[in-house]
Amino acid sequence: MKYITYLSIGTLFGIIMTKSQAISWYRIYEMFRFDSFHMYGIIGSAVILGIISVALIKKYKFKSTEGTPISFTSKNMSIPRYLFGGTIFGLGWAMTGACPGPIYTLLGTGYSVILVVLFSAILGTLTYGIVRNRLPH
Amino acid sequence: MYIPCNRTKIEHTKFVNQRMERIIEWMSQPWPWYVAGPLITLTMLLLLFAGKSFGVSDTLRTTCAIGGGGKVSDFFDFDWRKQVWNLVFVLGAVIGGFIASTWLQQPEPIPLAQDTVVKLQELAISKPGANYLPEEIFSWESLFTLRGFVMLVFGGFFIGFGARYAGGCTSGHAISGLSNLQLPSLIAVIGFFIGGLIMTYLLLPVILTL
Repeated sequence: MKYITYLSIGTLFGIIMTKSQAISWYRIYEMFRFDSFHMYGIIGSAVILGIISVALIKKYKFKSTEGTPISFTSKNMSIPRYLFGGTIFGLGWAMTGACPGPIYTLLGTGYSVILVVLFSAILGTLTYGIVRNRLPH
Repeated sequence: MYIPCNRTKIEHTKFVNQRMERIIEWMSQPWPWYVAGPLITLTMLLLLFAGKSFGVSDTLRTTCAIGGGGKVSDFFDFDWRKQVWNLVFVLGAVIGGFIASTWLQQPEPIPLAQDTVVKLQELAISKPGANYLPEEIFSWESLFTLRGFVMLVFGGFFIGFGARYAGGCTSGHAISGLSNLQLPSLIAVIGFFIGGLIMTYLLLPVILTL
C-alpha cells in the first residue's frame, strides 16, 4: 500500500519533468549557455520555496505520516569530494542533458536508447564504489 | 448529479465533455517555470512527509547492491531492502514520462532561445527543439558512431561516477541540500556548473563535430 504512495509521487515527478521540458537535452544546453531563464526559474523557485518549507518544518517540528519527526541529516564538510565529484557529474550532465531523474523519465517517453545512459551510469557508480578508497574525500 | 434547469441532459454532457477537453488542452501546454519549480518543491515535501528524502541517484547505488556489488566493494554492502521505495519512486517517474508524452503531448516545438538554436545548427544539430532530444545523438544508430558512443556511454558514466563521488545529484544536492542550507551541497552545485561549462564551451564543440 505504501508503495502506491511512492509510485504516485514518482508519477507526478515524471509528469512535471516532462511538461516543464526539464528532460530536454536542449533545455540543459541552453541553461549552460545562459541563453534562457527557463531552467534557472525552475531550479531557483524550487530552492527558494524549499528553503522556506524546510525552515517551517524545523520550526514547527512537523511529523511524517509514519508519526516520526521529519529529520534532516547534515552533510559532512569537505571541499574536494563535492568539488571534484560535482565537476565530473556536471561533465556528464551537459553531455547527456539528463541528470538521474530525467534519465528515468525519458525512458517512459519512449527513448529506449537512454537505457545505454542508465547502464553506463550504473557502471560509473560501481566503478566509484571500487576506487573510492583511493580518491580524495 | 447537479444539472442546471435551463439545460437538457444531452446539452449538459456536451458541456462537461468540452470542459474536460479544455482542461486536457490546458495541461498539454508546456508548463512555465513558475508552475514546474513549486511542483518540484511539492515532490520533495511529499517524500519528506512520507518519511523519505528526495535523492534520485541513490537508486543507482541500490541497483549495484541488488546486483551483488557487495562482493567487489563494501560501499554496496548494505541492506538494500530499505531503499526499494526509491526504486518504486523512479518507476513512477518512468510512468509519469509515459503519461505526459502520450496523453499530454504538446504539438509545438520547444521554444528555445534563438542564440541556442543558431549555435546548435553550427554544431550540426539539424532541428533544435523539434523533440525533447536531438535524434542525431539519441538513437540506436548513433550509438555505433564515435560521437554517439562518447555522448551516451561516457556521459552516463560521468553522471553515475560523479553523483556518487559528490554524494548526490541535482535532486539530492541542488534541491534537497540547498533547501536545507547545506554548504557541501552549494559546493557540489558549483562543481556541477564548472563541469557543465567546461563541457558546453570547450568539449561539446569538439565532440559534436566528431
